[in-house]
Amino acid sequence: MCGIVGLFLKNKELEPDLGRLTALMLREMRDRGPDSAGFAVYGDEAEGTKITLLSKTNETDWSALAKGLSKATGEEVDVKTVGNHALFTTPAEGLGARRWIIENAPDVTVLAAGKSIELYKGIGDPDAVIEDYALAKRTGTHAIGHTRMATESAITTAGSHPFSTGEDTCLVHNGSLSNHNRLRDNLRRYGESFQTENDTEVAAGYLSWRVREGDTLNEALERGLEDLDGFYTFAVGVRNGFAVLRDPIACKPAVIAENDDWVAMSSEFRAIAQLPGAREANIWEPEPSTIYAWSHN
Amino acid sequence: MGANTHFDLEEVTVRQANQALQEAEAGSFSIANPKGAHALACGLDAPLEVTIDGHVGYYCAGMNKEAEIRVDGNAGTGLAENMMSGRVHITGNASQSAAATAHGGLLVIDGNASARCGISLKGADIVVKGNVGHMSAFMAQTGNLVVLGDAGDALGDSIYEARLYVRGSVASLGADCIEKEMGQEHHDQLRGLLDAAGCEGVETSEFRRYGSARKLYNFNIDNVDAY
Repeated sequence: MCGIVGLFLKNKELEPDLGRLTALMLREMRDRGPDSAGFAVYGDEAEGTKITLLSKTNETDWSALAKGLSKATGEEVDVKTVGNHALFTTPAEGLGARRWIIENAPDVTVLAAGKSIELYKGIGDPDAVIEDYALAKRTGTHAIGHTRMATESAITTAGSHPFSTGEDTCLVHNGSLSNHNRLRDNLRRYGESFQTENDTEVAAGYLSWRVREGDTLNEALERGLEDLDGFYTFAVGVRNGFAVLRDPIACKPAVIAENDDWVAMSSEFRAIAQLPGAREANIWEPEPSTIYAWSHN
Repeated sequence: MGANTHFDLEEVTVRQANQALQEAEAGSFSIANPKGAHALACGLDAPLEVTIDGHVGYYCAGMNKEAEIRVDGNAGTGLAENMMSGRVHITGNASQSAAATAHGGLLVIDGNASARCGISLKGADIVVKGNVGHMSAFMAQTGNLVVLGDAGDALGDSIYEARLYVRGSVASLGADCIEKEMGQEHHDQLRGLLDAAGCEGVETSEFRRYGSARKLYNFNIDNVDAY
């Protein structure tokens, strides 16, 4: 199982409602994935970098970590905490800051880094995760979310989706990959760093690697069709865009709907039915091995 | 329950609506605000007329017997799965595995059907006015699949005795599925199916027929050592 939702706004006037609409969709996917949930919201662009962090122990000293990062990068670090998450904002360069935290703070998982992305996740009832991290109040341009029924790795907060390994890039996944171990080893050699044993994190790392090598999102996904083995429906977020891809067998469900105001995708139509104008939208099932992508210029 | 009963799924649950339909012996019913709900109008067992106003979720009209069910919208996975008789008509698109294992009755899809349409078909008739996705009519045993548009990859893989009529292109044929001659019998049968589905102005001469080469499922004495 697992449930996926994605919402990409075309009409700027809906941006204050992004979180509320995404929460309505994600709640509908609760019974597809009661083990954990998570969401990434793109909006409120920072001057520098926003880094979303998760404490594995619930006892992380965020201000000490921020001081350490500040000393290492020579830049100010602003700290905001939400539950067992913290949001650091800093003029420092994102990937370098991410790597420093991974190497120096073993009790912390870096959930995301970028100018636009914020990413929150938690185990247990998706409704509670939506409440705890105030999804409904968040604003922005696009969001993706996930409710998880764990298969390939344990139910942990860090193993919840979405996964983000590159700047402003994140991925949610319904399915399972069969070649993730070998691929993870290869990607480590290319300089990617992984924080879990999860198969989806490998797919996220794969896309980050390709984008870093100069591929566009479309090119990276095109290549992913060759290199990622297994079952998947992916929803992918990047700073200014959103994409959907299903494997060649397409046994994991997906439906896309689009009108003048928004593009939405989900595992099931009932999530999309929550959106204004859903019934009259253009609705279709994405074809296997076909990339669907939208972006703001 | 009498005639012209209306259910609004913002006021009653799917279970309440289904129970009322399953207990009814006759009459016409309408269902509003389905919003992608699953298992709507399943297991009906009487000559009812049911219309659903909006998009439905998985397994709509499953196991249908005798009822005529119309959906004004799209349907999710497993539409009319294991239908026994009656008629199911949707005005939009259907997701995977439409009419899977259906034994009888007619399914009409005005839009497209995605992968595995008519998988393991066991006697029902399916008319799709748009395209069908990959692996359609996989292991289809008997019954008919009519496609006015195109068919995806591996059409009729490991097919038994179902008949496939396709007007458009076929991306590829599955194992043991071959094109077959259109005899008078087939033109007559196809005409009947097109008429039943309301496809006026569509000529049977525009279609090609596909079916089993009968090499995969027949017992062959030369292979006896393999058993």
